[in-house]
Amino acid sequence: MEQRKPIIRLEHLGKEFPTADGPVKALEDINLDIYSGEIFGIIGLSGAGKSTLVRCINYLEVPTEGDVIFEGVSLKSLNRKGINQMRRSMGMIFQQFNLLSQRTVLKNVCFPMELQKVPKKQAEARARELLELVGLGDREGAYPAQLSGGQKQRVAIARALATNPKVLLCDEATSALDPNTTKSILQLLKEINGKMGVTIIVITHEMGVIEAICDRVAIIDSSHIAEAGNVSDIFSGPKSAIGRQLIMGNTVHAEFGHSKLVRIIFDGRASKEPVLANLILACKAPVNIMYAATSDVNGTAMGQMIIQLPDEEGEEKRIMNYLATAGILHEEVTEHDF
Amino acid sequence: MIFDSGTWEMLKTGIWETLYMVGLSSLISYLIGIPLGILLTVTGKDGIRPIPFLQGILGVVINLLRAVPFIILLIMLLPVTKALVGTTVGSVAIIPPLVIAAAPYIARMVESSFREVDAGVIEAAKSMGAGTFQIIWKVLLPEAKPSLLVGAAISITTILGYSAMAGFVGGGGLGAIAINYGYYRYETGVMFLTAAILVIIVQLVQEVMMKLSIKTDRRIR
Ligand SMILES: Nc1ncnc2c1ncn2[C@@H]1O[C@H](COP(=O)(O)OP(=O)(O)OP(=O)(O)O)[C@@H](O)[C@H]1O
Ligand SMILES: [Mg+2]
Repeated sequence: MEQRKPIIRLEHLGKEFPTADGPVKALEDINLDIYSGEIFGIIGLSGAGKSTLVRCINYLEVPTEGDVIFEGVSLKSLNRKGINQMRRSMGMIFQQFNLLSQRTVLKNVCFPMELQKVPKKQAEARARELLELVGLGDREGAYPAQLSGGQKQRVAIARALATNPKVLLCDEATSALDPNTTKSILQLLKEINGKMGVTIIVITHEMGVIEAICDRVAIIDSSHIAEAGNVSDIFSGPKSAIGRQLIMGNTVHAEFGHSKLVRIIFDGRASKEPVLANLILACKAPVNIMYAATSDVNGTAMGQMIIQLPDEEGEEKRIMNYLATAGILHEEVTEHDF
Repeated sequence: MIFDSGTWEMLKTGIWETLYMVGLSSLISYLIGIPLGILLTVTGKDGIRPIPFLQGILGVVINLLRAVPFIILLIMLLPVTKALVGTTVGSVAIIPPLVIAAAPYIARMVESSFREVDAGVIEAAKSMGAGTFQIIWKVLLPEAKPSLLVGAAISITTILGYSAMAGFVGGGGLGAIAINYGYYRYETGVMFLTAAILVIIVQLVQEVMMKLSIKTDRRIR
């Protein structure tokens, strides 16, 4: 890999919240490099620490351990003024859009420029330009209450870009939107990334979002980074349990019965033998293949499969025993894991 | 004719005195109450500039003032009133105690209006690098405006109610007339008439402020 300097570097980042029932560790030892111009995804289940992580990046949440380095500057070293200055180079959009309800669309986009005392005329001209870019050139006089969710997010994107930030932070920006609107907003983000070269950090719990626009991804699981890398690499061979779960979760939509579900992992070791066929022959029991994703990496089968075991208890036991004794990597899953 | 022209003149003066007392004390109370309300919100534990110690003291003082019944406050403050306006009788003498009773009340009303402002919007402003004063001026106040207007309707009508007690310190206004005629002279006709006028004023203030609040609220399509 070429020697690039990261625009954002997270170093041993940790965040602990004091609560009535003792401290809660929301983040622990997070190390990540985010490069200029890329779209970086951070995915994890609810409560994993995604929002806390992204809020630490612009110091809306002050880390209790480690630091954030933005363009070579340690954010810890900045005073309140310096932090506000830094925030102007990082736009942010939110799940709930967070537009000012008493301002028109145009005035919402002008807001960050007003904060920086940009002359009104100049600010309005820039705002109109941005509204054109996000496809809302004709709605500048509307109030947020008069817009749909997707339109509100477009206004929020225009507003976040008003000060020409280098980074755009998106915390679940599409989670309140329907699939079609999600698609169009993601497309817009991708377009902005291409056109303006803005580095985008996307927080989501949906693999589809990562797949659609991200170059690299970090998977966060209970306060830790489980794995990070190129999206294509992680999709073809997730190494962590949470990674497998997230990747499958997006693709399986079948109705499951009530019998046991097992995930079988092909790590390449057991590739010479036909695992499933042997299992069925040995146990003399049928299994239902719910999902399979395998790929051929240099001649070995890598991937995973979810099978449904028969309802009958004896057969189920036999299969579980077989998997254990044959040394096949497997884990029990529930449909809630999808 | 039940009432002679003297009675009507008296009522007219009473209305003006009431409007004067309520208007002036509402204005001064708001000038004090809004900054106090801002301070209560901003320095709170979850505020944009937490100073829990200051907020705690402020809260206690406000609660103390609010706990004292107005009529007692009126008497306790006589020396203060004398020092401030040079007299302890008449319509002007009711203004200092009215302000001291109303400002803490208004501070709480303002605080509750500010607390209704969506925390996400404040967070968005922070993420854009807004400073504390910018957040107060450009986010909290405008976003809370509809709620502040509703609060003002409630506060002003409460001040109107308090102002009726001006009669006890020789002040004027409709309340004084009602007390003098109804309570001391048993002229219930005049008493009911002044009460009716008070009701109409309350109704007007309430209606106008509510209409204004609804009309200027952009959350309503
Ligand atoms: N202000 C806070 N005080 C105490 N605990 C907090 C606070 N903020 C977050 N937490 C805790 O930190 C953990 C991570 O929360 P966070 O909001 O970052 O999760 P998330 O991954 O964004 O989840 P979701 O997908 O539901 O938004 C949770 O256990 C949460 O309860
Ligand atoms: Mg979150």
